[in-house]
Amino acid sequence: MKQVKHRNSASKILILGTVFLFTLFNPVFGQEEVVADTAVATEASSGGDVAKGEELFKSLCAACHKRYKKMTGPALFGVTERRDTEWLYSWIKNSAAMIASGDADAVAIYEEYNKTAMNAFPQLSNADIDDILAYVMVPKAEPVAAVGATAVAATDGSGVSSDVLLAILALVFLMLVVILFLVNNTLKRFAEANNIELPVQEERTPIWKAFVQNQFLVLVSAIFLLLASGYFVYGYFMQVGVDQGYAPIQPIHYSHKIHAGDNKIECKYCHSSARVSKHSGIPSLNVCMNCHKSISEVADATATEDYSKEFYDGEIQKLYKAVGWDEESQSYTGETEPVKWVRIHNLPDFAYFNHSQHVSVAGVECQKCHGPVEEMEIMYQHAPLTMGWCINCHRETNVKVADNEYYEKIHKQLSKKYGVDQLTAAQMGGLECGKCHY
Amino acid sequence: MSSNKKYWKSVEELNENSSIVETLQQNEFVQEIPTDEFLGDKSSLESSSTSRRDFLKYVGFSTAAASLAACEGPVKKSIPYVVQPDRIVPGVANYYATTIADGYDFASVLIKTREGRPIKVENNNLATSNGDANARVHASVLSLYDNTRLQGPKKGGEDIDWITLDKEVGAKLAALGGKELVLLTQTFASPSTSKLISEFKAKYQNVRHVVYDAVSNSEALDAYQMMYGERALADYDFSKANTIVSVAADFLGDWQGGGYDSGYAKGRIPKNGKMSKHTHFEANMSLTGANADKRIPVTPSEQKQVLAALYTYVTGSGSKSSLGADLDAQVIKAAGQIKKAGSSAVVVTGIQDIDAQLVVLAINKAIKSKAFNESTPRTIRQGDSKAVTQLVKDMNAGRVGGLLIAGVNPMYSLPNANEFKTGLEKVSVSVAFSMHNDDTASLCNYVATTPHYLESWGDVELKKGSYSLMQPTINPLFDTRQFQETLLKWTGNTSTYHDYIKSAWTGILGGSSWNQALHDGVLVKPSLPKQELVDAIEAPEGDVANVEAVPAPNSANQNVGAAARRLSIAIAKATSLELTLYTKTALGDGQQASNPWLQEMPDPITRASWDNYLTVSKADAAQLGLTNENVANGALNGSYAKVTVGGVEVTVPVIIQPGQAKGSVGLALGYGKTKGLKEEMQVGVNAYPLYQNLNAVQNVSVSAAEGEHEFACVQLHNTLMGRGDIVKETTLEIFNTKDHHEWNAIPEVSKNHIEYEVTSPEVDLWDEFDRSVGHHFNLSIDLNACTGCGACVIACHAENNVPVVGKSEIRRSRDMHWLRIDRYYSSEESFEGDNEKKDNIAGLGSSLSEFGEMESPSDNPQVVFQPVMCQHCNHAPCETVCPVAATSHGRQGQNHMAYNRCVGTRYCGNNCPYKVRRFNWFLYNNNDEFDYNMNNDLGRMVLNPDVVVRSRGVMEKCSMCIQMTQKTILDAKRDGRPVKDGEFQTACSAACSSGAMVFGDINDKDSEIAKLKEDNRMYHLLEHVGTKPNVMYQTKVRNTTEA
Repeated sequence: MKQVKHRNSASKILILGTVFLFTLFNPVFGQEEVVADTAVATEASSGGDVAKGEELFKSLCAACHKRYKKMTGPALFGVTERRDTEWLYSWIKNSAAMIASGDADAVAIYEEYNKTAMNAFPQLSNADIDDILAYVMVPKAEPVAAVGATAVAATDGSGVSSDVLLAILALVFLMLVVILFLVNNTLKRFAEANNIELPVQEERTPIWKAFVQNQFLVLVSAIFLLLASGYFVYGYFMQVGVDQGYAPIQPIHYSHKIHAGDNKIECKYCHSSARVSKHSGIPSLNVCMNCHKSISEVADATATEDYSKEFYDGEIQKLYKAVGWDEESQSYTGETEPVKWVRIHNLPDFAYFNHSQHVSVAGVECQKCHGPVEEMEIMYQHAPLTMGWCINCHRETNVKVADNEYYEKIHKQLSKKYGVDQLTAAQMGGLECGKCHY
Repeated sequence: MSSNKKYWKSVEELNENSSIVETLQQNEFVQEIPTDEFLGDKSSLESSSTSRRDFLKYVGFSTAAASLAACEGPVKKSIPYVVQPDRIVPGVANYYATTIADGYDFASVLIKTREGRPIKVENNNLATSNGDANARVHASVLSLYDNTRLQGPKKGGEDIDWITLDKEVGAKLAALGGKELVLLTQTFASPSTSKLISEFKAKYQNVRHVVYDAVSNSEALDAYQMMYGERALADYDFSKANTIVSVAADFLGDWQGGGYDSGYAKGRIPKNGKMSKHTHFEANMSLTGANADKRIPVTPSEQKQVLAALYTYVTGSGSKSSLGADLDAQVIKAAGQIKKAGSSAVVVTGIQDIDAQLVVLAINKAIKSKAFNESTPRTIRQGDSKAVTQLVKDMNAGRVGGLLIAGVNPMYSLPNANEFKTGLEKVSVSVAFSMHNDDTASLCNYVATTPHYLESWGDVELKKGSYSLMQPTINPLFDTRQFQETLLKWTGNTSTYHDYIKSAWTGILGGSSWNQALHDGVLVKPSLPKQELVDAIEAPEGDVANVEAVPAPNSANQNVGAAARRLSIAIAKATSLELTLYTKTALGDGQQASNPWLQEMPDPITRASWDNYLTVSKADAAQLGLTNENVANGALNGSYAKVTVGGVEVTVPVIIQPGQAKGSVGLALGYGKTKGLKEEMQVGVNAYPLYQNLNAVQNVSVSAAEGEHEFACVQLHNTLMGRGDIVKETTLEIFNTKDHHEWNAIPEVSKNHIEYEVTSPEVDLWDEFDRSVGHHFNLSIDLNACTGCGACVIACHAENNVPVVGKSEIRRSRDMHWLRIDRYYSSEESFEGDNEKKDNIAGLGSSLSEFGEMESPSDNPQVVFQPVMCQHCNHAPCETVCPVAATSHGRQGQNHMAYNRCVGTRYCGNNCPYKVRRFNWFLYNNNDEFDYNMNNDLGRMVLNPDVVVRSRGVMEKCSMCIQMTQKTILDAKRDGRPVKDGEFQTACSAACSSGAMVFGDINDKDSEIAKLKEDNRMYHLLEHVGTKPNVMYQTKVRNTTEA
């Protein structure tokens, strides 16, 4: 009976533990990406080929026009209803000539858009123009949101089922516990009733007293505690000033994932000074506007569960506000306010680091120090930026000497001296104090 | 057995019955400590609600809260441009060519800007004249960030706006009622400004333009006009002269606008056994005198006779010399040299006297001196002292209705400032165009605040046909408007000054491009015919007033003989002491008195900073009872003296100056400003009240005054004492005839009774490291070419963010200069004499007395300048003693210093034989105790972002500008090419216009530095110590060859 009791309590702990673990466990299921085919290939009234039109539109027109929104030029949806097709043919082929000829409509639109002349496209045939018009006349696809909603519902469904499963499981365990407890009590009552004496537990020295009496154990645990606390204190001090993983909230939610990842924009397109300067440089807002002049909203597919399309569009609006871009008139108002980004990678003043040395001369990938930036929705500090981290890399990395006349002589001499084919940065003198501290 | 001696602490204890001893045995203190005074008030203590426990709780809580709060790192913001200018890449410096023209310093310079902030001045190598920035020009970038600058226009001390100012002044100028309107300006030497002023004259009718130089060159200008019909200064090219005789012309200083060092230094480096011979007659010990081969101290009145005698001996005409025999012999020698050299000789003088200047022009003309450029006179001084005197008279007579004062500060710099003040009160409208609320601006009705030259447009004609452009390198920091812009407004011209210059320059440019000229900063038009020049530029203004007073050019030749006669009958020996007012290298005429870099820069001659002082000869000092002494903490103290000229009396500290001519004293102008600058900068004594009639030489009476002055002097041991391993010196004769082992011997040490040269590996403590791979930087300093001008000191200051520590810290020998220029005097007539004397010392008695004698410099010593910075020893004594390895050696030869590793034990400083390491005793930035440029946001804009600002408790020292060498290497790597010779520079070598400092890679065998390393003159400082420095010196060679 004694054994039963012991087993009983042990199993209780086990069960309770398992239940606890299960409740802590938060299941995450991958979502299936739902691709909504927005471009419904329908033949428009003019009879053009929408797919071909889309191709032409994107290559020729998209720099200045959108279908449903005003940009440098007017929104083109519904243009065939506003203008007559012949007029459109001649306008697209040579708008300047039309304005010169004094066509009232042409002059009016020229005036309306601040006398911004539209490029002439004499290479387009009437059929091509029909295709483009067919494409622009495709009405705005509404069903996207609905498809998205069903997708969300579907994922929700699967989440519910797993939760139910868990709940049932937990209930079963709970019932088991209750049953065992009841059984135990019943047995005890039986024993009492049958006058079976339950063994009385004799008073033992409490474990803490025994521990205190055992001097060896005290010594060993004291040493252990000291070592452990030393370890943690050291660890604590070593991380002071190391901000690995630092991901501050920025004034504009800028997603490197969208820019560098999804759209595969080269890092140095925006951080151009990394090639020539010690600073990689936070791009000035005019660089943003190179693209964002025509990208005023994100594609529907860009939105994620965490960040909606409205959210991203709002962030682009923040950029417009800062740079003073008036979307309506497609012009700069001149009212600017600089964006106060929070600096993530902070080297102390006494350490000199030069981006161009690493990026241009050594050809180091940006990701080597900055981590998988193209996957970062929110930018964070990937590397510890400690001196040990720098030194390690200098020890391991070979100097890129190929096709660089500067290194020709010194590489020949040094590699002979050290008897190696490839010199590391350290062998080149990259560990000397004064190379980074002055 | 114990001793029965009785020890006593005071005599009182010996008195057995003393009550005091009794009391002291009981109590520690004789008097009771008055604890009751602050603890006795029981009732109030008890009524206090704060118990001891509460107090401890508060302390504990606040400590914990403070430390918790400190755990959070600061959030740093990074703010990019909204629209980034094309040319600006953050982290990459841009250079712009511009010109300083503040009326005293004129130079074409390059300005290094980082992210739109000017941070350093560099020499413009394209400039053919005045391309060499002196110390003041190098420091001028800091004056831009002076937080005592005026920030907008003022009316009677109150802020107003420009529109109101224009309206009010315009109305007042229109209502002058026939009274004269006077423009009192600095020398602009600007073609466009001249044109503008003539337009202004045309608009306002009764206008007079008076040009005023605080330090006058009026007589030299007049003399040139008499001779050549043009009011300008004679221009000399000393590189073409092999014999230079100067009578009181401090041409390495500020004589005639300065900028002569590079030409002079070219001739001083012995080439093919030849170098120039420089004889110098002067009263004060000047930079030029210190560099001369032969310096003869003569009082100002004797100088005139010397010049007259020189004229007689050289030309053969003129009157007989009335000089003393010794001096006469020297003049005969000098004349002999001139005659021998013929057209390769040149004579210059700084005597402020038309006769003297005429005589010099005549001598140079007679010998057809090649160094004298008749066709391109200098136009950078145009001040007319007669016109200025006349103006003060007219103002007091009430004839002047309006006064516009631009770029000058007459209330500070006029000797008769009080008269000027009373005159100013009679002027109905006065406008000061000034950057500071200085003595003059604070008295004027309006202050039209002007920008710094780095915020302005402008053009300068440095000398005839040599033009230079000024362009802004930063947007104006304050609400300022330059003088020319205001004149344009007031003449009703709506164009900007930039456009105005551009149109005024169409004639000057001829066919060449404006953009190219702006890019280069300079434009030389030597071939422009005279008439065209006159057409292109309006004639300079200042000459109008005294045209009648000066005889026509053609009669000038006959006048020279008479002039020489007049000179020779000048009173041979003045009865009283003669004062020569001079300008110091650091402050010049005093315009940049609020510049802490310049105030802290030690004077090249006296090595004292933050002061001006009366320089007195040893003999006169003894007679007057004036002393200098080193006090207990090692610093220099000096007596005060009362100096009286006419009715003006000033009390100044005294420095006993070796080489000062007996019977003469010297005092520097430019100090003692009290208006418009911080209290820390108000140092020295204003000597302008003594500058009567704008004449630098005055008869004075000097008497000792009460008190002792505390100097901030950085060099207290003035003589070399025959220590030839510090400065090696030889004569041209020995240099030419003997083997270099004789005059430049490598010291030897004995090992196993065999003598080895110290450079031999046999006697080396250390294993030699192979330095043949990669770059190996060396710096060569030619003691022959170094004039001691101090440009490198300031350039180093600017490049390396060296802090300013202030007068009292300097006095404690805590100066932070990474580069110092040591100046040594000989204790005998020459250093040669010192060596002999030292060698002849025999026995203890003789050594005690004679070494003692050698500590005091001679009355007319030889002088040598030696720039000393970290020697970057290959076997550095500092590196081996650092307990934390904060200082270590790089493969490229530089001795590195990791500040963040340094714990401040100062072992390295103690072990350095060259004493070049500097310790940060305090935090010198963001500290109100050191209220200099690093204590305010504006002043910190000058900091070089590539060099860290050091904190308290760390050692620092010259890094051999590793940030510059690393940048050069990186540029080459990025372009994929080897580094070319001459690309490697340090701040000092780049600033050195005399070519004394050459920097480079000795592993590049074809480089200049590699050749210099093999030069016979090369030696290392304290070679016998065996430190193997990477800084080398070139033996000084003196041309003592007699004619």
